[in-house]
Amino acid sequence: MDVIWQATLASFSMLMTLDDRLIEVILLSLRVSLTALVIASLIGLPIAACLAFTRFPGRKIILVSFNAMMGLPPVVVGLVVYLLLSRSGPFGVFNLLFTPTAMIIAQVVLVTPIIVSLCRESLESMRREYHDALRSLGATPAQAISVLVWDGRFTLATAHLAGFGRAIAEVGAVMIVGGNIDHVTRVMTTTIALEASKGDLVVALGLGVVLVLLSLTINFLVYGVRSLGEAKVAS
Amino acid sequence: MIKFSLSVALAFGLGLGAIMSLIMGLVPGGSILNGPNKTTDSFITVASTTSTQNSGLFDHILPKFKATSGISVRVVAVGTGAAIRLAQAGDADVLLVHHQASEEKFVADGFAAKRYPLMHNDFLIVGPASDPADIKGMADSAAALSKIATAKAAFTSRGDESGTHKRERGLWASAGVDPTAYSGAWYRETGSGMGTTLNTSAAMGAYTLSDRGTWLSFANKQNMIALVEGDPRLRNDYGVLLVSETKHPHVKTRLGQIFIDWLLSENGKAAINGYKIKRQALFHTAA
Amino acid sequence: MTGASPLPLRLESVGLSRSGKNVLKDVTTTFAVDPPKTVIIGPNGAGKSLLLQVCHGLISADTGIVDWATPQNARALSRAQAMVFQRPILFRRSAVANLILALKIAGFAKSEWRDRADGALERTGLSRHAATPARSLSFGEQQRLALARALVVEPKVLFLDEPTASLDPAAAHLVESLIDEAATSGVKIIMISHDLNQTRRLADEIIFMHRGRIKERAPADQFFTRPENDLAQAFINGELLWRRRRSIFDGALVDDETCSSEDFNKS
Repeated sequence: MDVIWQATLASFSMLMTLDDRLIEVILLSLRVSLTALVIASLIGLPIAACLAFTRFPGRKIILVSFNAMMGLPPVVVGLVVYLLLSRSGPFGVFNLLFTPTAMIIAQVVLVTPIIVSLCRESLESMRREYHDALRSLGATPAQAISVLVWDGRFTLATAHLAGFGRAIAEVGAVMIVGGNIDHVTRVMTTTIALEASKGDLVVALGLGVVLVLLSLTINFLVYGVRSLGEAKVAS
Repeated sequence: MIKFSLSVALAFGLGLGAIMSLIMGLVPGGSILNGPNKTTDSFITVASTTSTQNSGLFDHILPKFKATSGISVRVVAVGTGAAIRLAQAGDADVLLVHHQASEEKFVADGFAAKRYPLMHNDFLIVGPASDPADIKGMADSAAALSKIATAKAAFTSRGDESGTHKRERGLWASAGVDPTAYSGAWYRETGSGMGTTLNTSAAMGAYTLSDRGTWLSFANKQNMIALVEGDPRLRNDYGVLLVSETKHPHVKTRLGQIFIDWLLSENGKAAINGYKIKRQALFHTAA
Repeated sequence: MTGASPLPLRLESVGLSRSGKNVLKDVTTTFAVDPPKTVIIGPNGAGKSLLLQVCHGLISADTGIVDWATPQNARALSRAQAMVFQRPILFRRSAVANLILALKIAGFAKSEWRDRADGALERTGLSRHAATPARSLSFGEQQRLALARALVVEPKVLFLDEPTASLDPAAAHLVESLIDEAATSGVKIIMISHDLNQTRRLADEIIFMHRGRIKERAPADQFFTRPENDLAQAFINGELLWRRRRSIFDGALVDDETCSSEDFNKS
């Protein structure tokens, strides 16, 4: 209990002083995870839309696969990405191992299935609900999809939050493909792991509290925007 | 329908992307493809051990090297076994580890031209102050391990093919005990780095073999103390190797050699010997 | 605003099957501009909703012809008709935004959206709810908004599938008068009703369906006073048809008139 109390105090003093090291690590975490989220969204949303709006043989299998991939262990993803990016691997020539780019790639792999599955779910249930009304109004497919995406924007945003949460919190993949190199690939989670292994439990937990606060802030921001929006639109 | 889905969803994603890139733009050094140090193109990657990183040695000496050479050193700290595999795959330019036999095999396999002896410190057996196996002050580390085995006192092992793990297994062999037969009973393999293993030992009141550097800088000792030290068999030698250009043409041999030369120079030695915790030097270079 | 009415709508030998069952059988009929209000009645499972959806183009018939008189392109045709469902399907937007979306999809000029939407809200008594999220309106208001959304695009034909089925009498009365007004302004009403009193109040002519077939079609007063079909007679006497059949045959049900509780439950 004592350690937790000390850690809370430590996290507050970290936030109060905001030293350059901490800011550097926080910004890198945000940069890596947000970039991964954007790329995962660019890949995932079109796939989600296709799965939600079309029927083709093998669709169920793809759907179930994406659902299953939501639970991919980060360490496994890290290992696979490591093997691909290693100098001895097929993409070694790009020299990406132990860079933030490698971490982004790993996180894209982790986040995309979440975006696909949750957005597909949301778009599909919206479509089921709106289908007859949109047909009756004579909406073209493009109009129909833009209505579905717009009216479903809050659930789509929640899906993206879930993806971001997975990215910012995972340590297994970024540790392996990033290497936890100081000033280069050291993010919040790998710093926490390092401090814990040094026995600096207070610093490690303090950083953990900072990470949780960061996550909470982002969630509250999105929630705020969402409830503001819903006050106007209601669901 | 598919085309429409694609285009609209793509447009949505792109819109989101634009917003995100705006956010990115606010982040200093927000280029996606390069690390924050993209202005410093001259860097090398060093595969090394958790013991050197956790002890804080790199934080002490690397800024000094950077100041004289302008070269950044990116350290990937893993166990000796994993570090060697990284270097073999060509994912590091320099290897700095502590298991002489493995290092010599690395040279013999052609992955490096030679091994440079760099520095040493020593291992020690640490454990709970209550010392249930009564090994405190023993001079013979192998005998101490036998007593632990006889007492069936808890012992945590790295279990990760690291230099420390390999040394520990050597000591068990000298003691004539095969502890893996008791794995899960009093012999516990954590499969983790030194720090994590020390955390586990502290929590379980177990003995373990640690390098002195990590032990001295370890902050969560609780009631653990050093029990056996000074045995010549506990000497811990570090070597440094430049990954072979013939095996991996992309390796930055010139920069790597500059780093190794600096480590072995008077300045480098002074930096290593000058790293102290509680006025105690953690690493000693050869005279 | 649009050109001529696309009516009459001609159905010839229309058939439809769902999960191996023929739910519409050989339906041949014509909907003309006159009389203004046609009400379709019949027991559950008669195929009323499906017939309406086939007419509106939400589903396509398996066999037969569905043919509008004026050859128009699909877009113009879909603009000329609208539908109100039993359970209103409203978008997660404000009341006025629901109407504007309909106008936008129908291709009205952007400059007209606001005025037309406000006008429709006023006619349905929803002006003060313009900015209210559609889904937080009361059920009756939601159905009126659905009606406003259907009428705002000035359709020539309005399909209604039991629009008052889940409303209390006061709300139902409001909706009925809106339907009446629409008919007066020249919109052809084709509506399904479960409520015989409502049918008496609204209908100019009546189509009676049973088990996927049109059994009788007659002007309203004639239908209620002298129904030709014995099933229709039983229906307006308030007897549930499947029960009557069962009592007649004492449970030994045969051929295509066979019914089941599953059949009964199908709306």
